[in-house]
Amino acid sequence: MNPQNMPDLIRILPEVVLTITGVLIMLFDAALPATNNRRSLGWLGAVGVTAALWSSLIQLNLPPGTAFYRTVQTDPFSVFFHVLICGIVLASILLSLDALPANQHHRGEYFALMVLGAVGMCLMTSAVELLVVFIALEISSISTYILAGFRKHTGTGPEAAIKYFLLGSFATGFLLYGVALTFGATGTTQINDIAAHIPAASSQLVLAAFALLMVGVLFKVSAAPFHVWTPDVYQGAPSPVVALMSTAPKAAAFALLIRLLYSSFPVLQPVWQPMLWIVAVLSMTVGNLAALRQKNVKRMLAYSSIAHAGYLLAAFAGLGINAIASASFYVAAYAAMNVGIFAVLSIAAGPDEKLSVIEDFRGFLFRAPLLGTLLIFFLASLIGIPFTAGFFGKFYSFATAIHGGAVWLGIIGLLNSGVAAAYYLGFAVKVAQPPAAGSAKLPAPELGVAVGLSLALATTATLVLGIAPTRFLSAAQSGATSFLPPVISDSVKPSTDVPDLSKVRWVR
Amino acid sequence: MHLILFIIFAGFCLAGAINLLLQTHPINSALSLIVVMSSLAVLYLLLGAEFLAIAQIIVYAGAVMVLFTFVVMLLNVGEEEKTHGSKAAKIIGFPAIVAAFSVLTTVILAIQNKLGGVKLSDGVTPMTELSTVLFRDMLLPFELTSVLILVAILGAVALARKEGHR
Repeated sequence: MNPQNMPDLIRILPEVVLTITGVLIMLFDAALPATNNRRSLGWLGAVGVTAALWSSLIQLNLPPGTAFYRTVQTDPFSVFFHVLICGIVLASILLSLDALPANQHHRGEYFALMVLGAVGMCLMTSAVELLVVFIALEISSISTYILAGFRKHTGTGPEAAIKYFLLGSFATGFLLYGVALTFGATGTTQINDIAAHIPAASSQLVLAAFALLMVGVLFKVSAAPFHVWTPDVYQGAPSPVVALMSTAPKAAAFALLIRLLYSSFPVLQPVWQPMLWIVAVLSMTVGNLAALRQKNVKRMLAYSSIAHAGYLLAAFAGLGINAIASASFYVAAYAAMNVGIFAVLSIAAGPDEKLSVIEDFRGFLFRAPLLGTLLIFFLASLIGIPFTAGFFGKFYSFATAIHGGAVWLGIIGLLNSGVAAAYYLGFAVKVAQPPAAGSAKLPAPELGVAVGLSLALATTATLVLGIAPTRFLSAAQSGATSFLPPVISDSVKPSTDVPDLSKVRWVR
Repeated sequence: MHLILFIIFAGFCLAGAINLLLQTHPINSALSLIVVMSSLAVLYLLLGAEFLAIAQIIVYAGAVMVLFTFVVMLLNVGEEEKTHGSKAAKIIGFPAIVAAFSVLTTVILAIQNKLGGVKLSDGVTPMTELSTVLFRDMLLPFELTSVLILVAILGAVALARKEGHR
């Protein structure tokens, strides 16, 4: 229409690239002969996601601002999460190339769903209009519901998909009701405008709207009272899909949570801060205590992911920018190690997921030294041992909580980390034990190029975040400055060069 | 002019409705339902509610009816069997309907003066405003729904199609 629309397009460029990639995968899938194997489609997806990642870095050159009649906003914060989500999706696609069963049906649709789901996840982090948030959330959720059910021949696969679908739709219903009530109370659904209208609105209505929105978002991050779906879904879904859905949609939901809390409802801080404390403590405790009793590896990791959501929420006890920066950093650290551990599990257990309980992994280190070492490394990171991403993630999160005045929250967090160390170490010990005498000798799993790349990506990220976290933290902080009031954010211009470099390095 | 159009399309509407009940084949009933929906749309248009008329055609006469006919065809339903209903329905049903309608008519006629007149088009958002919201302010979510639908279609195919076609 007019040249002014060009920046508008650049502000949704990563989503455009992802959509085009998804559609191309679908078209090629239909055009390829039926007998052809569909690995090329996965590579196409990987290239497309990498392109999307680069195009979100381009957005750093633009001044922070909105587009499409103030429905999306790109700022260092959204770019941080775009890069993170694209990185996760890239690693998951590479992992799926080798970890999917050779006779997997609908391989083309599988890759297309991953890429199109990323459109929704990316948009959730840059949307500043609740209607866009809702549609983006649906895109991301529906694609993960379907991916969760891709092991159709098993009993647990469809069970996981149905449970996830029913509970997820229920939670989305809460969110939508919250959006409607927000509009009823404030007369707007623009996230940045809501705050200005709250003083004039009926306080009960605002509270009800806020509570409903929170239910919807906290469900997606599987925080404690809304976590029941997690173990069943992670157990039934294919491992490469769990690597994706335990990290990327959660990262998007946390970004949305931060936007809602700090852009729309900062006035309600006295209400939401204690609420998030309770949720954080509940998530940590419930997650860790339940994980202690699990025999199945994927169920154990599902409960551990609930606990990690709790550690992350502890950061919100802190103040302003620090809270946002530590939370963003924790999301990245958690994503790196969780993608890594599920990558190892998918390769170790094979496409049929033969190794499912902890006991099956006995002597794994001797069968596959490299994979065994990586498994122990990622477990160490989940515990939070120094020189891994998990250490600085927890460190920043608890430090922020303590600085914010919630010392007890930090202590509960540390105690919980101790409990968590028990089951992570138990698993690590099992991996390092010599195989039982007389057990059948299993062949070492094969490592393909694609999965090697994916593992390298996750390992590098975990190491870089654990050894030199400052660059990444400064990226998170420059993202957090997007939430300062405009007067201050003009004087403290977020430096665009430093986060740029560190992100590029992390990804490559 | 308005009155003539109203009489014609109200006639269509009633005829369609009666035909719907009398037909024995479900497909014929479904087709006469389309006649009812479309003539209702014209009645809305006569009242000045353009958007309601368009929505009526797109949603009811279009989407819902396509769904109906698809289901009817997919299930391959045959002719309907006339059961003549129960006796109680015949004895109580007709008087009950007549009573209900007469109560409604008397009440409306009685308070007609108090209700006053209103033009339907006054309270309805005009098309231009709706279009501004839909195609300008909410352009991005509007376009995004296409991605959402694409994902849903892909998923339906991936989950529902029988394995082994490849």
